Amino acid sequence: MLKYLIKRVLWMIPLLIGISLISFLIMHLAPGDITSNESAFNPKASEESRQKLREMYNLDKPVIVQYGLWLKRMTTLDFGKSFASHQKPVFWQTTDKDGNVTKGLIQEALPITLMINLLGLTITLALAIPLGIIAARKYLGWQDRSITLFNFIGFSIPGFWLSLLLMYWLGVANSWFPISGLHSLNYDSLDTWGKIKDSASHLFLPVVIPSITGLAGITLFVKNGMLDVLHQDYITTARAKGLNEHRVIYTHALRNALLPLITIIGLSIPGLIGGSVIAETIFAIPGMGKLFYDAVLMRDFPVVMGILTIGSALTLAGNLLADIMYAWADPRVRRGVVKG
Amino acid sequence: MAISFPNLIRSVSIVLVTLAITACGPSGKSPSDTPDFSKNYPSEPGGTLISAMTAEPSGLISMIAGESASSAISANIFNSLLKYDKNLELEGDLVKSWEISPDQKTITFKLKPDLKWADNQPLTSADVLFTWQAVTDEKTASPYASDFQLVKKAETPDPLTFTVTYEQAYAPALDSWAGLQILPKHLLQGQDLHTTAFARNPVGSNYYKLDSWTHGENLKLSRNPNSVLGQAKIDQLITRIIPDNSAQFLELMADNIDYMGLDPIKYSRIIPARPELQQKLALYKELGNSYTYMGFNLKHKPFDDVIVRRAINLAIDKQEIIDGVYLGLGINIASPYKPGTRWSNPKLSPYPYDPVKARALLKEAGFTDTDGDGILERDGKPFAFEIITNQNKEREKTAVLIQRRLKDVGIDVKIRAIEWASFISRFIKTGDFDVVVLGWGLGLDPDQYNIWHSSQQAPGQFNFIGYNNPAVDKLLEQGRLELDPDKRMKIYHEFARVLLEDSPIIYLSAGYGLTAIHKRVKGIDNPAPPAGIGYNSQDWYIPKPLRRNELTE
Repeated sequence: MLKYLIKRVLWMIPLLIGISLISFLIMHLAPGDITSNESAFNPKASEESRQKLREMYNLDKPVIVQYGLWLKRMTTLDFGKSFASHQKPVFWQTTDKDGNVTKGLIQEALPITLMINLLGLTITLALAIPLGIIAARKYLGWQDRSITLFNFIGFSIPGFWLSLLLMYWLGVANSWFPISGLHSLNYDSLDTWGKIKDSASHLFLPVVIPSITGLAGITLFVKNGMLDVLHQDYITTARAKGLNEHRVIYTHALRNALLPLITIIGLSIPGLIGGSVIAETIFAIPGMGKLFYDAVLMRDFPVVMGILTIGSALTLAGNLLADIMYAWADPRVRRGVVKG
Repeated sequence: MAISFPNLIRSVSIVLVTLAITACGPSGKSPSDTPDFSKNYPSEPGGTLISAMTAEPSGLISMIAGESASSAISANIFNSLLKYDKNLELEGDLVKSWEISPDQKTITFKLKPDLKWADNQPLTSADVLFTWQAVTDEKTASPYASDFQLVKKAETPDPLTFTVTYEQAYAPALDSWAGLQILPKHLLQGQDLHTTAFARNPVGSNYYKLDSWTHGENLKLSRNPNSVLGQAKIDQLITRIIPDNSAQFLELMADNIDYMGLDPIKYSRIIPARPELQQKLALYKELGNSYTYMGFNLKHKPFDDVIVRRAINLAIDKQEIIDGVYLGLGINIASPYKPGTRWSNPKLSPYPYDPVKARALLKEAGFTDTDGDGILERDGKPFAFEIITNQNKEREKTAVLIQRRLKDVGIDVKIRAIEWASFISRFIKTGDFDVVVLGWGLGLDPDQYNIWHSSQQAPGQFNFIGYNNPAVDKLLEQGRLELDPDKRMKIYHEFARVLLEDSPIIYLSAGYGLTAIHKRVKGIDNPAPPAGIGYNSQDWYIPKPLRRNELTE
C-alpha cells in the first residue's frame, strides 16, 4: 500500500510539469499580452512604453525561455507577482522592508470560494442523500416523480437567472436579504453575533442557489446506487431474515449505495477551489472564479498559471484521495477482488 | 466568437430584470416613513455617499495604473498642477498661476502658498519635481511618460516655483500637467513605484483621503482635513465594487447605493416607468467622453478612394444609430471634439443621410451592379467587406444597422466581433482589416497627433487606419507648437474641416454619459455643464434628514 502511494505521488510530478507546460503554451498562444488590454489602447500611451513593460515582464523573450523562468521560480514555490494588480503576489503574502504586508491574490480569494463551495456541497449532500433514498424506495411512485421533477427544474434553471429573480424578490421587493457583497458596510462596528448574522445573510443566496441547481446530479447518483443495491441478493437475505425495513435501508443498503459518492466527492475537490465566474460576478464576491476570468482577459500570465497549477495539483490529489478512500471504504477494492 | 458569454448574460439579465420589475409590482414599503427627497434643504456638511463601480482599481498611483477604476478614486485623493473648470478651460489646481515665456518654450508654475499633504508635511515644488522625475524614469515605465520626456529641463528655484523648459514649444504640455497627479516625495523617495505599499495606502492632498480598502468589496474615503482646496461637504465617500450591472441596479433600487452610471434602457425606459424609483432618483445626462466611429483601412482598395468613403458616409443613417442603439441619448458630431467646447468647429455639420447621392458617388467611383444580384461590382469584383469590432454590445448593434443601410446601396457587409486582446494584436496591429467600428476619446486637449499624423503608422501606434494627408500633418505639427488658445483654436478648426472632407473615418455617434443619483444628494448642476456633473462634487451635500440611518454614528 505504501509503495503504491509513493509511486502515485511520484507520478504526479511529471504529470504536473506536463500540465503546466501545456497550459503555459496555450495561454501564450492566445493573442495579446498585458499591454494589449483596453486601457492600454490610449493615444497618450506610446508603443515604446508598452515595449518597456514587455521587457520588464520578460514578455519579449521566446515562450520556452519564459516557461523556463517560470519553472525555475516554481522550484522554490514562488508563484510570482501579478502583472495587472499592481504586482500583488499571486499566491501568498509578502512583507517589504518597511514591514508592509501585501496579501496574495489567491490567498485572499481562496478562503472565500472554499467556504462558499464547502457550504454548498454540504447542503447539496444533506438534501441529495435523503431525496435519493426516498426516490429509490418509492421508485416510480409520486414521491420519486416529484423529486425528479423538482431536481430537473433546478438543474435546468440558469443559475444567474434564478439569482437575479431571488435578489429582486428577497432584496429589493422585500428587504429580507442583502443583494450582493460579502459584508455590510458597517460590518466592522458589529458585535460577534451581529457579524455572524451579517455574514450568514450575505452568504445565503450565493450558497443556496448553486446547491439547488447542483442537486439533480447527486440525487440521481444516490437514487441509482440505491436501486442497484436494493436488487442485490444480500438485501433479499436481510429482508428474509426479517429485519425491519429501516435497518435494511440504512444499515445494509445505504453504506454500499454511497460508495460511488466517494468518487464524486474526490472529483469535486478541484471544483471546490474553482468558483463560478457568473455567480461571483452577480453577487460581487471576490473569489477564485472572478480572479481567474479577469486574469485571462487581462493576459495576467502569472495569475493564470498560478491558479492552473494549484488547480491541477488539487485535481491529482483529489483523484488520489478518492482512490485511497475507496480502498478504505470497500474491502473488495482493498483486497483486489474488484478493481477500484 | 460572435457573442461572448458574459455579454450574452448581461443582455439576458437586463431583459430578466426588466421582467422581474414589471412582474413583481411595487414594494410593500409605505410611503409615509420615507422623507420627501425632492424638498430643498440648506447646504450642510456631513453624510455618506455610496457609489458602485464594476472593477477594482489595481493601485492608486495613476501614472502606473492607468485604468478608469483607478483614476476615479485617485482623482479624489491627489491634485495636479492644473485642472479643467466647468467649461473645460484650464485653471489652477495646486498652482496659483502659470506663465508661458515669450518663446513659448518655458512654463513657470507658481504653487499656492502653505500647501500640505494629508499627513501634515508641506507640499512644495520639490514634490512636483519628484513626480516629474518618477514619471519619466525608465524604471517606472509609465505609459504616460512620452509627454513629460519632452521636458528638457525642470527646475525648482524656490519651494513655490516649478519651471519646465521644452526643447521646442509643446502646446499639449498644459494638458499633460493637468493629468499628472502630484505624489509626495517624502513618502516615495527611494521606493519602487511598481511594488510600493503606497499604491494601496496613499497619502494625497485633495478633498479626501483613503480610510480603508477591503479587497474586492469596497474603498472608503473620508474628508481630508488638510485639503489644499478647502473642505468638501460630504464626510465620507464609499465605493462598492459590484461587477455586475444588473446587481448594481438592484442595489440602487433597494437604496443601498446612491450613485450609478446607467445604460440608455435603464435611463429612458426602466426608471421613468417606475414611480417609486422616480421619486427617489434624479437622472443626469452629460456629454460623453468618447465617440464611436467606423474607420477604413486606407491602404486597402477601394477605401483609398475619397469618393467611396464619402459615399459610404452618406449611405449611413447616423440618427438611426443614435435612436436605435442609444435610444436617442447621443449626438451627431462633425469633429473629434466635444461639441460646445472651444475646439469643436461650429461651422461643420455631419454628413447627412442621402442614399441617392451615395449611389451616384459609388457609380462615379466605378461601381455598378452588372450581374443584377443587388451587389455592386467594379472590375468584376463585388463590393464586399467585413466590419470587425470588439465585443461591445453597442458597437455590435451599430455594425448591424450599418450593414443594413449599406446593403440598400449595394454593398455586402459582414460583421465579426472579436475579444479585445485578440482584436488588437491579431487585427489592428497587423493592419489585417478592412473596416473597424471602434471608439476614440473626445480629448480635452485638441492635439491628436498620435491618431492622425502620417508618421504614427507603425504597428502598435494609433494611426492604424493609415491616414496620410500632408495638409493635416502640417496642421497637427503647427497645433503642437502654438500655446495661444485662440490661435490654436483656428488651427484645429481647419484640421477638423479637412478631416471631415477627407472622411477617413465616419463619425457615428457620441453617446451621453448617463447617471442616476439619489435625490438625497443635493447641489448637483442640472443640466450638466460641459465638464459634466462631477466638476463640483465637493459642494454636493446630503441634508441631515435625508441621510441613511444605519450609517450615522
